[in-house]
Amino acid sequence: MWSSMNTASPGSSTFRTLLLLLGLVACLTQASPAQGEGPRPPAVVVAGTDFSVSTPGSGKATFYLVGPSHSSKQQIDLGQGIYIKGDEVLSAGRYLVVLCAQTCQSAAFYVTPAGPASLTFLAHPSRVPVRQDNAISGVVFPLDKFRNLVLAPVTINFKLTADRGDSSSRLVRTKDGVAWLRVRSGNVTGTVQLVASTGDVSVRRVVRQVASDPCNLRIKVERTAKGIVVETEPVRDCSGNTVPDGTIVTFTKIDGAGKSTVDAPIKQGIARAQMSAARQAVISVASGVVMGNPIRLSE
Amino acid sequence: MPKATLMKSIVSLVIFAITAGLVAIGLATPGHGGGTLGITSGSALPGLKPAAATPEQALGYLLTDVRRQDWRGAHSQLANASEVDEVQFTKELAGSGGNLRSLSNLQRWELNPLHETNDDAQIRATLHWATAVGQIDEVRDVRVVHGEGTWKVVWPPPHFPNVPEQIIPVNYLRWDLVTSEAGADEDWGGRNVDAPRVRIISMNAVDYQGGSVVMGEVVNEDTVPAFVNVNAVLIGDQDHAIDEESSFDKIAHVLLPKQVSPYRIDFPHVALQQVKNVHMDVKATLVPASADPVIGVMDQKRETDALGRSVLHGTLLNESGQVVNMPHVIASFYDNNGRVIWVSDGYVDHALYPQTPEPFAVQIPRMVADKVENYHVVVNEYSITRQ
Repeated sequence: MWSSMNTASPGSSTFRTLLLLLGLVACLTQASPAQGEGPRPPAVVVAGTDFSVSTPGSGKATFYLVGPSHSSKQQIDLGQGIYIKGDEVLSAGRYLVVLCAQTCQSAAFYVTPAGPASLTFLAHPSRVPVRQDNAISGVVFPLDKFRNLVLAPVTINFKLTADRGDSSSRLVRTKDGVAWLRVRSGNVTGTVQLVASTGDVSVRRVVRQVASDPCNLRIKVERTAKGIVVETEPVRDCSGNTVPDGTIVTFTKIDGAGKSTVDAPIKQGIARAQMSAARQAVISVASGVVMGNPIRLSE
Repeated sequence: MPKATLMKSIVSLVIFAITAGLVAIGLATPGHGGGTLGITSGSALPGLKPAAATPEQALGYLLTDVRRQDWRGAHSQLANASEVDEVQFTKELAGSGGNLRSLSNLQRWELNPLHETNDDAQIRATLHWATAVGQIDEVRDVRVVHGEGTWKVVWPPPHFPNVPEQIIPVNYLRWDLVTSEAGADEDWGGRNVDAPRVRIISMNAVDYQGGSVVMGEVVNEDTVPAFVNVNAVLIGDQDHAIDEESSFDKIAHVLLPKQVSPYRIDFPHVALQQVKNVHMDVKATLVPASADPVIGVMDQKRETDALGRSVLHGTLLNESGQVVNMPHVIASFYDNNGRVIWVSDGYVDHALYPQTPEPFAVQIPRMVADKVENYHVVVNEYSITRQ
C-alpha cells in the first residue's frame, strides 16, 4: 500500500512525508504496549552519533523513525539490530521509533545535543558612554555543531580587554542553555574586546566606549587678517575623556550685522571656526545641551 | 478667359494678399503677453525683433531670449551691452560649475512697473525658474531706459567671486561603515553595531493654508553620524490614519554627533481640525559620512523684502576648500518660549566657492512673523564631485 501511494507522487517529498505521518498515525492507533515487545532504542543518543535499535521476533516489518526534523521508513528483518546513521539524528529532541508487522509497536528516545561547537554571542550596546554601571551586557548561547542549543551546563569565560591592555575575565556557567553578564563600562574611551569562550571555541565582539557630553566648553578668539578665528580648548567630557572627533560645536557671534553661526566639527579634539571681525560682538559656544563661556569682543 | 477661371484667379490673389499681409503684421508686431506674464511675448522669428515700444516690452523681449537660452540675443538687447561681458552675462543666467541655475530654466515671469518717465523706468520682475529641486522664484528690480527710439534694459554687470589661488589645509574626518559579508554561515549576533541614537526634541503642528504642517527639530545624540528621516502619520477620529508623509528634503539628513536639524512635513490636503493625533517616527541608520565642508551662516537678520514679506537673510561662507554646488538652507524659527513655530527652507542657486560669501534669504510666513524671537539655520550641501 505504501509503495503504491508513494509512487503516486514520487516527486513530492512533502506529500510523501505527509503520507508517512498519516501511515504512522494509522499504525500507532493499532499499536499497543500490551501486544508484545517493541523496538528497543537507547534511552539517550547524542546528536550526530550512530546507534542501533534492536528488534524482537522474526519476519519482515516496516520501521519508522520520526524526529523533530527528520523522518524515515525502511523495510527490515525482525530480530536484527537496525543501524541508524548519525545524520538521521542531528536535531536534539524526542524521537519515536515505530515497528509495524502484524501490528505496530513504538518506543521513544531522546537525542541530546553534542558538545559546544559554537557560541552565539550577543553583546550590547555597540557604543557605550564611559563609567556607566551595568552598561555592557553579553549573552551567550552555546550550540553544538548541528546548531542544537546545549542545555547541559557549560562554563563560559567572558573576557574584556580594553585598548590599553587592561583586562578582566569572569566565568559564568550556562543555565538552561544561556549564560550572561552585565558589567560597568570602563573609565577611558576606546574599544573593548569582549570575548566569550568555552574550550577551544571563542567569539569576539567589539564594544566602543565613548566619551559623555562635553564638559566645561571654553573658547578663545584670535584676530587674523581675514577676521577672527574662534576655537575651543580641547573638548573633554567631565571624566576628562576627549569628546569624539566629528562632534558638532556651534559657535555663535552676535554683533551689529546680526547673528552668525558656524556648526564646526571637532577635529583632533578642537573645534574651530572663522568669522568676520566686528568692533563689538558677543561670541558663545554650545555643543548639544552644553553651553560654554561667552566672550565679549570690543575694540 | 472664361469668367469662372478669372474669378478663381482673383480669389487666389486675394487669399494670397491677405495671407502675406497677416504674415507681415505678425513679424512686425510683438506679442502682448510680456506686459504682465512672460509666456507669449517675443518676436515670431529670431533676429526679427521690433523696437520695444514700452519698458515692459523691452524686458519681455529680453526674458523671452533668456527662456529660449539665446544668450547672445539677450545680451544684444542690453542698453549697456558694452559694459556687460557676454560670457559673464551668460554665466549669470545659464549657471555654471554645477550650481542650481545650471539645472534651471526660466518658465514665466511677472512684471510690475515701479515708476516710469519718458526715458527711464523701473520694473519689478518676478522670475519663475523651473529647477531640479522645484520652482524657484526670483525677484529683480530692473532699470529700463529709452534711447534711439526704443526701450532697452540696463543690466548690472555681473560680478563673480574671483577665488584666489590658495591652499586651504583640511583635515578630513570621515567615518566608514565596516560590515561583514552576509552568508549562510553568518554568525547570529555578529552584526551588533547599533543604529545611531537620534531623538525628536520638539514637534509642533499648525494649520497652514488649509492644510497641516508638522515641524520641529531632531538631534543626533550619538557619537557617530546618522542618516535621519522623520515620518509623521496623522490620526483622525476613530484612530484611523488619515495621511502619512516624510520630511523629504526639508531636513538635514546626515547629522553629525550632537548636530540638530529642523524638519518640516507638509500635509497640504489635511486640515488640522481633522487631526486627532500625530504619530512621529524617526528613522536613523548608520552611514559613511564626512565632517566637511563647514559652512558658516553669517550676518543673519530679519528684514522685510521689496515685496513686503518678512524674510531672514544672511550670507553663507564655505570655510572649507571644496566647492559646494547646491547649498540648501533650512531655518527653524522659535517663539519666546523656545518653541519651533515655523521651518522654512530655500535653495541657493549659486555655488559656494571656498571662503566666498553668498547671500541667502528664506521667507517667514506672515502668520508667524510677529511671534518669531529667535532662529537657527542649518545648511545642507550637495556637491557634484563628491561621492
